Amino acid sequence: MKAFTYERVATPAEAAAAAAKNDGAKFIAGGTNLLDLMKLEIETPTHLIDVNRLALDKIEATPEGGLRIGALVRNTDLAAHEGVRRDYALLARALLAGASGQLRNRATTAGNLLQRTRCPYFYDTAQPCNKRTPGSGCSAIGGFSRQLAVVGVSDACIATHPSDMAVAMRALDAVVETVKPGGEARTISIADFHRLPGNTPHVETALEKGELIAAVTLPPPVGGKHVYRKVRDRASYAFALVSVAAIVQPDGSGRVAVGGVAPKPWRIEGAEADMRRGAKAVTDGLFADARPTHDNEFKRTLAQRTLGSVLTEARG
Amino acid sequence: MPMKFDTPATTNPIDQLKVVGKPYDRIDGPLKVCGRAPYAYERHDVVENPAIGYVVGAGIAKGRINSFDLAAAKAAPGVLAIVTHESAGKLGIGKRNIAKLLGGPEIDHYHQAVAVVVAETFEQARAAANLVRVDYAPSKGAFDLHASKDGAVKPNMGEDEPDSATGDFSAAYEAAPVKLDETYTTPDQAHAMMEPHASLAAWDGDKVTVWTSNQMIDWAASDLAKTLDIGKEKVRIVSPFVGGGFGGKLFLRADAALAALGAKACGRPVKVALPRPLVFNNTTHRPATIQRVRIGATRDGKILAIAHETWSGNLPKGRPENAINQTRLLYAGEHRMTATRLATLDLPEGNAMRAPGEAPGMMALEIAMDEAAEKLGIDPVEFRILNDTQVDPEKPERRFSQRRLTECFRIGAEKFGWSARPQVGAWRDGRWLVGLGVATAFRDNKVMTSGARMRLSANGRVAVETDMTDIGTGSYTIIAQTAAEMMGLPLERVDVRLGDSSFPVSAGSGGQWGANSATSGVYAACVKLREAVARQVGIDPATAEFADGEVRGGGKSASLAGVAKTQDIVVEDAIEFGDLDKTFQQSTFGAHFVEVGVDAATAETRIRRMLAVCAAGRILNPKSARSQVIGAMTMGAGAALMEDLVVDKERGFFVNHDLAGYEVPVHADIPHQEVVFLDETDPYSSPMKAKGVGELGICGVAAAIANAIYNATGVRVRDYPITLDKLLDAMPEGRA
Repeated sequence: MKAFTYERVATPAEAAAAAAKNDGAKFIAGGTNLLDLMKLEIETPTHLIDVNRLALDKIEATPEGGLRIGALVRNTDLAAHEGVRRDYALLARALLAGASGQLRNRATTAGNLLQRTRCPYFYDTAQPCNKRTPGSGCSAIGGFSRQLAVVGVSDACIATHPSDMAVAMRALDAVVETVKPGGEARTISIADFHRLPGNTPHVETALEKGELIAAVTLPPPVGGKHVYRKVRDRASYAFALVSVAAIVQPDGSGRVAVGGVAPKPWRIEGAEADMRRGAKAVTDGLFADARPTHDNEFKRTLAQRTLGSVLTEARG
Repeated sequence: MPMKFDTPATTNPIDQLKVVGKPYDRIDGPLKVCGRAPYAYERHDVVENPAIGYVVGAGIAKGRINSFDLAAAKAAPGVLAIVTHESAGKLGIGKRNIAKLLGGPEIDHYHQAVAVVVAETFEQARAAANLVRVDYAPSKGAFDLHASKDGAVKPNMGEDEPDSATGDFSAAYEAAPVKLDETYTTPDQAHAMMEPHASLAAWDGDKVTVWTSNQMIDWAASDLAKTLDIGKEKVRIVSPFVGGGFGGKLFLRADAALAALGAKACGRPVKVALPRPLVFNNTTHRPATIQRVRIGATRDGKILAIAHETWSGNLPKGRPENAINQTRLLYAGEHRMTATRLATLDLPEGNAMRAPGEAPGMMALEIAMDEAAEKLGIDPVEFRILNDTQVDPEKPERRFSQRRLTECFRIGAEKFGWSARPQVGAWRDGRWLVGLGVATAFRDNKVMTSGARMRLSANGRVAVETDMTDIGTGSYTIIAQTAAEMMGLPLERVDVRLGDSSFPVSAGSGGQWGANSATSGVYAACVKLREAVARQVGIDPATAEFADGEVRGGGKSASLAGVAKTQDIVVEDAIEFGDLDKTFQQSTFGAHFVEVGVDAATAETRIRRMLAVCAAGRILNPKSARSQVIGAMTMGAGAALMEDLVVDKERGFFVNHDLAGYEVPVHADIPHQEVVFLDETDPYSSPMKAKGVGELGICGVAAAIANAIYNATGVRVRDYPITLDKLLDAMPEGRA
């Protein structure tokens, strides 16, 4: 870990100002991912801005009938919230499929969105990685890639985004509210929030330098059956090989986002039009542009089978 | 003269079973649950103000160090010393190490230590270690066992022979009416113990004490002396608590050597723990294997011919994974052959992991037996019973000391409900395809010389001192039980001190020999203490009885507390084993039964229940023995379903080198386990009449799971681990 300075801020404006002032600054909330990465010197911030004291830990109803989730709401609290469990069960289920009780107690909503890939080469600083050290190359392409992405990838990077929560939020059409260093607020749809790697895999989100997530807003509930299925090699405490977040309406229409297959939660609205035709039709659309490796080609089939099973469950 | 065990045991005080054989809680349990058990990295009690060493691992798999740039690291805050091969002085290499523990200029494998950076704090040491710049000249290495298989050679295996042959395998196999010929693969695996390798070293003049985490104290002392090029008498090793080893701590490793070198360089005690990623590539692992099994049988299921060939890889001078051993002994059959071949690979050193040889060997052989049974149309339990043998099949004049494998199967089948085993693919429970599987458990019973010192004090307490280790197994407790039984004392009047090279050399913890051998050493020392006590009070040692805290005989009695009133009575002895393990084949046996569910759409396999029935001699403590077996079954579940140290065949290292990437079972993976021990004693094994169980429990488990998956799905996977991608194409659901 590189030496760093630390300050604690009380308001979003202070946070933004602190970020503007310090070139190598990072925000820290739960720290469940950032601290690990700092110990390994994958992240080397020179200054940490502790945002835990910001009053962003509330879950409130919006005038439109949705929910506004503060950036600092802990994953445990979000999963246990009555309104979430009733109206956005997909989100509660996705949260509980991730990490462990201890980590969820600490991890925040914003931090979960910003967690970084678990690609093993990203974690080994002796190995080339374009995400960690831009321009150094990708060890995963041609290396061990069983866990990695099959779609949305580039020649520079095939890492996945590891979040479960974000997959559910993608299916729920969540909107990310932010505050820029200048103090102005803006909203970013979850679809646009995470970026595909292209030639710049180290740029992972639409956030600008020093921009702070204030909240995530969910539109009014859409009803339907909510199923989150996470498929992995062991029963608990592992990242998804494939996860499926589905909302299925009584008429057979619905929404699907897939985790574990792409650098971001993977949803193509156009593919959902085929929901009534079954899982294969949907996943054919979702993976039309897939570029799997030998190691992870199975994920396409797995996503189809998992969605098939989810649809059966939802319609049963 | 140590006690020589060369004739079968007759009745002795252990047979009273007043204390031995009872399910006592661990006597060290309170220390552990209160956080007071002194593990190596937390020895705040033994030295003041230690400095911290952080190990720099090689960033290439093979090649040479051109140069170091240490300027930035040396200038970093808090740095006290940096030791590299250039500054370490003359170093030797331990007898049991293949690659140097401090590498350079040649690099033998990825994450081989190339430097230790010592600083005032852990954070400073780690930060400075990241500033060490090493200029490497990489060279090409061999990292792919499959690609290197054809170049594999007949290895030097010391006492063991690489090849064996009895009868005429080829002819008998060709003539056999039913034949099976299949090849199986097992991956590299990691011990993945909870406590990483850790050591604290302090010099006093030219003597060094190392508090460490090690299974074999005497090996560690010898090899540290050799590595540091000093006399063994200058080295003291202390390891009273070990947070898991599984074979990964059998040998001196870089933490101990570099703590000693770092302490010497900075003139202060130094402690070093291996960061988790280094545990995977810096230390040892279980090597991957390719195994070919051929079985030829009569139509009614008698094995006529059996062959097992295995290929593994290792660094030059490394040993092969002896995966064929059990096949020489387990099933009858007149015509037999085995062969072991070794390829040179430039991966980290392959070495012992829980049940080396048998664990991967049984993963292959026991699927082959299931496949052969199916070809024959015979129930796999019956097929194994049909080919049971009471003698060494290669040397029929040599019989097993005890072999109750058939009983294990009969009892297990009854208890598990084996007769309800469905036709392949026929049992559906909701979204799960359900199947049952079975396999034999088999592991040799090894014995090792083991010593102990006994002290009877004025307070009437008995203390045992031996360099035996407790790696979470329960050694403290069974040693206390042994001494209590021998001396006629309640358990709480026995103190046990372990893991110190100033104590008599013991068997240590390895090869499942520890419990039987170490308690036998304590038995020998107790016999000597009984003699000394009896003589002191004028009782004939031959007739003296020890009970209720007293020694009695010839109409006299005396309390043990009184005997040592003026002076402690201290004796030392050891047990040495004769050739009963040569004249008889000593092994441990069991039967594993498993029920699995496989998701009909996603092919996720989840274990539903497991049963092991074990025949392993006298069970010294049913509670700790059960813990050993269920732990081993869990490790077998990992081997079957998820554990896979993945080799990057270009870059030459294990990629998934942390506990997020190298998955082992979590609680949710292991819903229900049951263990049954047959009530038996083996008088050929030792005066304790006990054998090992800690490794028996893993042998065969993975194959039982593989066989259950086949029963559930109809998919025969011969390539471990059995992850869902290998089953997916055959799953019936979720296709629409």
